Amino acid sequence: MEGCSKTGEQACPQLLDLMAKERREWRVMRDGEASSSEEKKLELRLGPPGGEDKRWSLKDSTNRERDAHHHQYLLSLGYFSSTNNSNNNGFSFLHHHSSRSLPVMAKESSQPCCTKVADLQSPAEKKAFLSSAPAKNTAVPNSSQKRTAPAPVVGWPPIRSFRKNLAGASASKLPASESPNDVPSKTVNEKPAHEPGRKNPFVKINMDGVPIGRKVDLNAYDSYEKLSAAVDELFRGLLAAQRDSSAGGIVNKQEEEKAITGVLDGSGEYTLVYEDNEGDRMLVGDVPWHMFVSTVKRLRLLKSSEVSALSREKCTYSWKQQARQDTGLTDPCMEMKKNDSSISLKEES
Amino acid sequence: MRQDLTVQQMSEDDDRSPPLDLRCGAAPSINRARNCSGEAVSGSGSSTSSSIPASVPVTVTEYQSQYPDQVLEIVLENVLQFLTSRRDRNAASLVCKSWWRAEALTRSELFIGNCYAVSPDRARGRFRRVRSVVLKGKPRFADFNLMPPDWGAHFGPWVCVLANAYPWLEKVYLKRMSITDDDLALLAESFSGFKELTLVCCEGFGTCGLAFIASKCRQLRVLDLIETEVTDDEVDWISLFPEGETCLESLIFDCVDCAINFEALEKLVARSPFLRKLRLNRHVSIRQLYRLMVRAPQLTHLGTGKYGPSEVAQRQGDTEPDYIAAFAACKSLVCLSGFREITPDYLSAIYPVCANLTSLNFSYATITADQLKPVICNCHKLQIFWVGVPCVIDYQCFEEIWVLKLILAVIMQALDSICDEGLQAVAATCKELRELRVFPMNAQEDVEGPVSEVGLQAISEGCRKLQSILYFCQRMTNAAVIAMSSNCLELEVFRLCIMGRHRPDHATGEPMDEGFGAIVRNCRKLTRLAVSGLLTDRAFGYIGKYGKLIRTLSVAFAGDSDMGLKYVLEGCPKLQKLEIRDSPFGDAALRSGLHHYYNMRFLWMSSCRLTRQGCQEIAQAMPRLVVEVIRSDDEEETDNYVETLYMYRSLEGPRHDAPKFVTILR
Repeated sequence: MEGCSKTGEQACPQLLDLMAKERREWRVMRDGEASSSEEKKLELRLGPPGGEDKRWSLKDSTNRERDAHHHQYLLSLGYFSSTNNSNNNGFSFLHHHSSRSLPVMAKESSQPCCTKVADLQSPAEKKAFLSSAPAKNTAVPNSSQKRTAPAPVVGWPPIRSFRKNLAGASASKLPASESPNDVPSKTVNEKPAHEPGRKNPFVKINMDGVPIGRKVDLNAYDSYEKLSAAVDELFRGLLAAQRDSSAGGIVNKQEEEKAITGVLDGSGEYTLVYEDNEGDRMLVGDVPWHMFVSTVKRLRLLKSSEVSALSREKCTYSWKQQARQDTGLTDPCMEMKKNDSSISLKEES
Repeated sequence: MRQDLTVQQMSEDDDRSPPLDLRCGAAPSINRARNCSGEAVSGSGSSTSSSIPASVPVTVTEYQSQYPDQVLEIVLENVLQFLTSRRDRNAASLVCKSWWRAEALTRSELFIGNCYAVSPDRARGRFRRVRSVVLKGKPRFADFNLMPPDWGAHFGPWVCVLANAYPWLEKVYLKRMSITDDDLALLAESFSGFKELTLVCCEGFGTCGLAFIASKCRQLRVLDLIETEVTDDEVDWISLFPEGETCLESLIFDCVDCAINFEALEKLVARSPFLRKLRLNRHVSIRQLYRLMVRAPQLTHLGTGKYGPSEVAQRQGDTEPDYIAAFAACKSLVCLSGFREITPDYLSAIYPVCANLTSLNFSYATITADQLKPVICNCHKLQIFWVGVPCVIDYQCFEEIWVLKLILAVIMQALDSICDEGLQAVAATCKELRELRVFPMNAQEDVEGPVSEVGLQAISEGCRKLQSILYFCQRMTNAAVIAMSSNCLELEVFRLCIMGRHRPDHATGEPMDEGFGAIVRNCRKLTRLAVSGLLTDRAFGYIGKYGKLIRTLSVAFAGDSDMGLKYVLEGCPKLQKLEIRDSPFGDAALRSGLHHYYNMRFLWMSSCRLTRQGCQEIAQAMPRLVVEVIRSDDEEETDNYVETLYMYRSLEGPRHDAPKFVTILR
């Protein structure tokens, strides 16, 4: 088990990069090359998003003779991996170009195609595969499952927003209350208000590396450009001060402050993201301005390098956690204890 | 919760209405018939023939003079008054013209399942003496942000017509409608005898609108706001209820997330001797709840607010009120809900009422199975149970520390069994259970959920009378679903949501086809089904073959090909509401339902494989169908595939209030 975890760990950061490579690897497998390396098994196991990873074992696929299966499996894997790469907004596997290969699957048989794919897991082999896993099969597969968690999809699972935010809003004694939905309790109420202005126009905005946050009045701006300029104004001084202090105050304080630019298109050092009313973290700039204003709950300036790392894995750091990171606490144990003690705190925005 | 049962009944679909017009094919004959109704009796033989469907035997009455016809109609009207079910009324109205007329004059409850299927004027024209109106607007998937805001379903046009046509209107029930404060103001002013207002999943108004209702509707008995979004206009609407004794029987405002004037509420409760149902929002603390309960021991339905001490009280160091006595005094209490921000220590206060409870809603309460069990084991009469299950922390943040990961995995396995244990306790005690809903508190896909097939199996073995189940879980097995199908033969509603998309049976790795197949095969009363998990076309084959009574079907991330949808459209004659998302069904499948779309209330397909041409074909083939193509943003769609198709039968043709992102195909 330890071995699995370790190799899994190593595979993790580049996992979703490997998803694209996996297709190539599958073709290689089809040609008869068997790979017995633990690592490859893990990678392949992580194929379908949300699927039980242990089902998609490498061994089984190599045992299949018929090309059709591989073809279908490839296609399935293809569209699964495409889902991992799709962005957060409005996921639809069918709109991804790679899924155009699906018609082949649909036309070529009126028999259920996916059952063949699922049949790749024959019971005997499954048992052999699982024998190395713990009895309940939850530990190892789940850990690897986490890493391939698919991009969150709009409206899934089908729960109304006021239920989703409950865990964060209620004072729970369970450690389970940690969630990205740690939003102010006002958002326990349902869907976004469909009025042109916001109920509460001031939203908090934090910046990576700066412990103090600011508040912006979104009603004062009517476009993303203006917001970006405002953000620059708000944080330029703070960021410079932070850099000064971290540099030990050696730097001349008269040195000109560096402008914060490129927050919307990823070209700058920082990128602007926000948390919407469903608790999901989104890149700023995708939706029309008025829609953005009605759904945004908080803003954050992330380091651009961190954004690309985050987009590969589903990260569910709460905003509180992030704030704590700003102040230098990165020990997860500490964070867990902090979570427990701060559960009863309710944020009011 | 009794309320919710009626809600459920109300959400049942009506029969094929208006089949009369559609079978004739030509211009709506309702107008024609309306014109006929005032005509002289003689010579009306020719005009009646066109409005009577060929399949119904024509009652031959010799219209020699007005006299016998009037007597017939009077008799009919008196008899038809006893007919309350709208399906029966629809059937009666099809017998012949005079029955149609008599029925129209005597129908007092108007149910309109899709506010765009018929215009307010047309409804007003046919039904003259309506006292109660039920209107439903947006399709259900709009609740999950699958539809952009401002799509429509405005109450405004309706309230204007209703205000003129039915001054004696008493009840209005709206579901998923868009309502403004002005609409509520007009409603409050127009109907002097207005008694009941129920708003479910609505939005667009604020406490301003509520203020109008409270102050102007002097006869108000019911003000129920259920899962409705109400903006805080900072108006103290509670204090605007009329002075003196009120007629209030039900006041439900748990979804109104605004602070309220508690003193005014307390006085209101004190002067409402008929109050039976009271559901508070989370701004009411448990101490305040106590004061209310003391004033209203006659309550039958109670929704607590925040179920825990407020910090203020703690600091003052007051003695705690005797909550147990307060609950014990409510001898008629049968329905409990609320329990927001719960402090589990206070849960013991409800023990005195458990034995009488028929409905319990814990879906907002974060409690453990051990806290739940002592409550549940007393609830022998429980028929409706809603519970929220907290999902465990997503420990992905501990990526690098695999030891912690392992420890947490062990903990989660333990928690897994604990929460299934809670359901096992329910199964052991609540033998009368009719409806169960298990919600996840922390709805993410990849978090390990603490209920699984074990809980479902236990429920199926313990609660044989189960009629309706909504079950969210992370993993499931076919065996458990099959067990439920053979144990719970009374099932009418089966909604299983395996939150991980495309998840197969986690024990066998197979698709969930057999499980759902068993459900449709064994549960002969099934009318509503929601499927999930890894499903192939075979599952849909089963549904088409066995699901002959199914009226509502929800599909997400399922199926392989067009055949899946074809099986359903060709096989399910009673299908009324079909909502599909992210499934590989295309134009060919859509075509296979042409014979049936006029019998359906609506079809929703989003993120499927429909092309604009395919939808266009349907629109051209079926003139009485409104085919809406909805884009998620203002830009033109770049793909050939349609993002969302929403189509419904309508007598009015394309609506005039469609926003820019909706295209109505013709």
